[in-house]
Amino acid sequence: MNRYPLWKYAIIVIALLVGSLYTLPNFFGEAPAVQVSAAKSSVKVDVGVQERVQAALAAANLKPDVMTLDNGSLKVRFDNTDQQLKAKDAIQLALVPDANDASYVVALNLLARSPAWLTSLNAAPMYLGLDLRGGVHFMLQVDMPAALTKKAESLAGDIRSGLREKNVRHSGISRNAQTIEIRFRDMETLEAAQRVIQDQFLDLQTTSAADGADFKLTAVINPVAAKRVQEQAIKQNITTLHNRINELGVAEPVIQQQGTDRIVVQLPGVQDTAKAKDILGRTATLEIRMVDDSAEARSAEFGNGPVPFGTERFMDRNGQAVIVKKQVILTGENLTDAQPGFDTQNQEAAVHLTLDAKGARIFKDVTRESVGKRMAILLFEKGKGEVVTAPVIRSEIGGGRVQISGRMSTVEANDTALLLRAGSLAAPMEIIEERTIGPSLGAENIAKGFDSVTWGFVAVTVFMCIYYMLFGVFSSVALAVNLLLLVAVLSMLQATLTLPGMAAMALVLGMAIDANVLINERVREELRNGASPQSAIHAGYDRAWATILDSNVTTLIAGLALLAFGSGPVRGFAVVHCLGILTSMFSAVFFSRGLVNVWYGRKKKLQSVSIGTVWRA
Amino acid sequence: MEFFKIKKDIPFMKHAVAFNAISFITFVAAVFFLFSRGLHLSVEFTGGTLMEVSYSQPADLNAVRGQIAKLGFSDVQVQNFGTARDVMIRMPAVKGQSSAQQSEQVLTALKEADAAAQLRRTEFVGPQVGDELAADGLKALAFVVVGIMIYLAMRFEWKFAVAAIIANLHDVVIILGFFAFFQWEFSLPVLAAVLAVLGYSVNESVVIFDRIRENFRRYRKMSTVEIIDNAITSTISRTIITHGCTQLMVLSMLLFGGATLHYFALALTIGICFGIYSSVFVAAAIAMWLGIRREDLIKHHGNKAAHDPEDENSGAVV
Repeated sequence: MNRYPLWKYAIIVIALLVGSLYTLPNFFGEAPAVQVSAAKSSVKVDVGVQERVQAALAAANLKPDVMTLDNGSLKVRFDNTDQQLKAKDAIQLALVPDANDASYVVALNLLARSPAWLTSLNAAPMYLGLDLRGGVHFMLQVDMPAALTKKAESLAGDIRSGLREKNVRHSGISRNAQTIEIRFRDMETLEAAQRVIQDQFLDLQTTSAADGADFKLTAVINPVAAKRVQEQAIKQNITTLHNRINELGVAEPVIQQQGTDRIVVQLPGVQDTAKAKDILGRTATLEIRMVDDSAEARSAEFGNGPVPFGTERFMDRNGQAVIVKKQVILTGENLTDAQPGFDTQNQEAAVHLTLDAKGARIFKDVTRESVGKRMAILLFEKGKGEVVTAPVIRSEIGGGRVQISGRMSTVEANDTALLLRAGSLAAPMEIIEERTIGPSLGAENIAKGFDSVTWGFVAVTVFMCIYYMLFGVFSSVALAVNLLLLVAVLSMLQATLTLPGMAAMALVLGMAIDANVLINERVREELRNGASPQSAIHAGYDRAWATILDSNVTTLIAGLALLAFGSGPVRGFAVVHCLGILTSMFSAVFFSRGLVNVWYGRKKKLQSVSIGTVWRA
Repeated sequence: MEFFKIKKDIPFMKHAVAFNAISFITFVAAVFFLFSRGLHLSVEFTGGTLMEVSYSQPADLNAVRGQIAKLGFSDVQVQNFGTARDVMIRMPAVKGQSSAQQSEQVLTALKEADAAAQLRRTEFVGPQVGDELAADGLKALAFVVVGIMIYLAMRFEWKFAVAAIIANLHDVVIILGFFAFFQWEFSLPVLAAVLAVLGYSVNESVVIFDRIRENFRRYRKMSTVEIIDNAITSTISRTIITHGCTQLMVLSMLLFGGATLHYFALALTIGICFGIYSSVFVAAAIAMWLGIRREDLIKHHGNKAAHDPEDENSGAVV
């Protein structure tokens, strides 16, 4: 009666093998490494880059342990930090000649020291949270009302020019927070204006009302458009943050949207918070200026003469010089949107810009006067300008819709649109949560968590073995298997392990032993009531099972609640807690029964079991 | 080894009134302290800046206080954290000044006074996040309470569900009472510990209820009180050993986990101790007063039980 069919043993063996395999990487520790990733969306880290890095390292007489290329980043592992630092300098020199214009991010990182065959099985050590490895955590809140106000402002301007075009006379347009109010003398003009708005501005919904002697038309951004504005704002802010963080040289930054209006930024290993915050909070500006095409400017472009008076020399993204007039025509404030698309006539890739009313008017005037000349779109960051593109003006451009095209691939069009949009933040952001953990504290936290788990485990094991003898040993082995499986599952899922997570690990082990205590007590009770050893084991496991299930379900309910509503440290706790409960069901019941079956199951005439003292009433 | 040699059922229910009176008094005291002193909430809930600075020598807290006071921050708390060399500084959020500026300013001032001062950790939480965390905490608590009640009502009966939840919520209130009385810091991990304890001590009630149900089926002539007494007596050994083991783990956290896990482990310790008390003495008594009967538990399986009185597991199959 106490025998498992072969397939059950097979499951146990497989679970143990897989568990050990995925727990293994955690024992190898980490080695210093240099990580190379792309700083711009237009460059790719590929085999060519790998060869350049290899050449650079060979020239510097450095021998990397392992070099891996995956997911667009190149990781080079070294034996010690000394080599790592030298290698970083060598690679930096080879890949990034100009620090002000970096195409690649060369960052220091730590990589698992596990052998290549383990890595090829996707077995990686547990992913440590910031409180264990040190770093910076920010939560930023995007000011959505500001994004909507900005949109309303530009729409108000658009309405003004729209009504002028259609010759609808109003007596004033004003913006009040996110609503646009337009006043009219009589009802007919109001209705005419309403028709114009309904035809041209699909993002707005209007209501009309009498206001004293005047008539008032109120327009608000409709919910669908508002949602789109908010989504775009947060996406744009994330892109901007990505671009900025690339400059920090962080190996594995995390930039995630949280909820509808929040962004979480995690920078492992970064200690200089002041610099990080400075970079995150920086604003980039966009400028449109005219290109100077005079002969002097031409020669200055090739470096053959001085830059003419009233102009400046900027580089474009291919490293070619462009001489641009100092006078600014438009700034990014007048740009409301930039989207990649196609030229309607020749299907070439293009970028479509949308300007607000004021911008459109200026743009129309300038283009009318300068057909055939070149216009430059510049992006300023950290006080340094770069020409994004400098197209030739072919005709007068009105209506605020501008198309940039000509010898662009779709990828380039995408990048340009992104750069133009990402140049500035769509809406202001505010840091609402911030955590910095020093690297020494991280290491200490690991040691403390590890000690807690170890000593607690030892204490429980010793007690169980003394109190329940051989059954205590079974329970202890089952507990060890529980720990093994939990670590394996955490490594497999790459769930973030934090200090509260390690606390949950200790707690879950303490709770998991409950199942074995229940079983052992039940077996003792059956023996006390005069059952034969074999049937006592059988009944003990069977009867305890219902109770174990009930109690685990209630604990799991609490765990799930923490997972659903918790954030930050609580979530780290809850993940480990829930997983631990699940693995404990397997190890404490299924696995420990297997052990007992192997040991006692075949003995038909079993006289006694080693489960400590069983007193008889 | 065997700790418990109990030959006769202990008449727990005879003293039910006394146990509940003790419980009730502790509960009232806890509520009183919660209202009179309030919880000492961490920056996570209140919003503000927290800095942990370490020195090479034991830090002079008064000097540190003076250096910060010179910067014009008010309501700043300075205390040791873990060791005498580590100092924790808590500042409320200041309008019009970001936490970055705040912590930067303080650190510069501290470094001027003692160059060995090293920033180990900063934490800043905006006030809006704090309110949200408190709301989320309450939501989680409600979720746990409702979830467990539904589960117990399904598995057992509503009377058991009510009894278990009352007994265990009173544990939660008592833990909070302790935190209010001693003004221990109530942080997010402590909240996690409190909810984990809620799930954990319900276990205890579940084990006893399971036994009560089993006894109802097995001993058809016993009165309800006798059945409860027997159920508690036969599970008490397991109760003490399980909680002892869990407490061993928690103790190890308390000893080795350092300052960060200190209050977390403390909350668990109180929760485990009162968890035993409330599930054993309070939950069963409440269930008794709510009037649990044999018919409540075996009505669904009544026919089967009549045919097969030996099969005490019939209700336990899932």
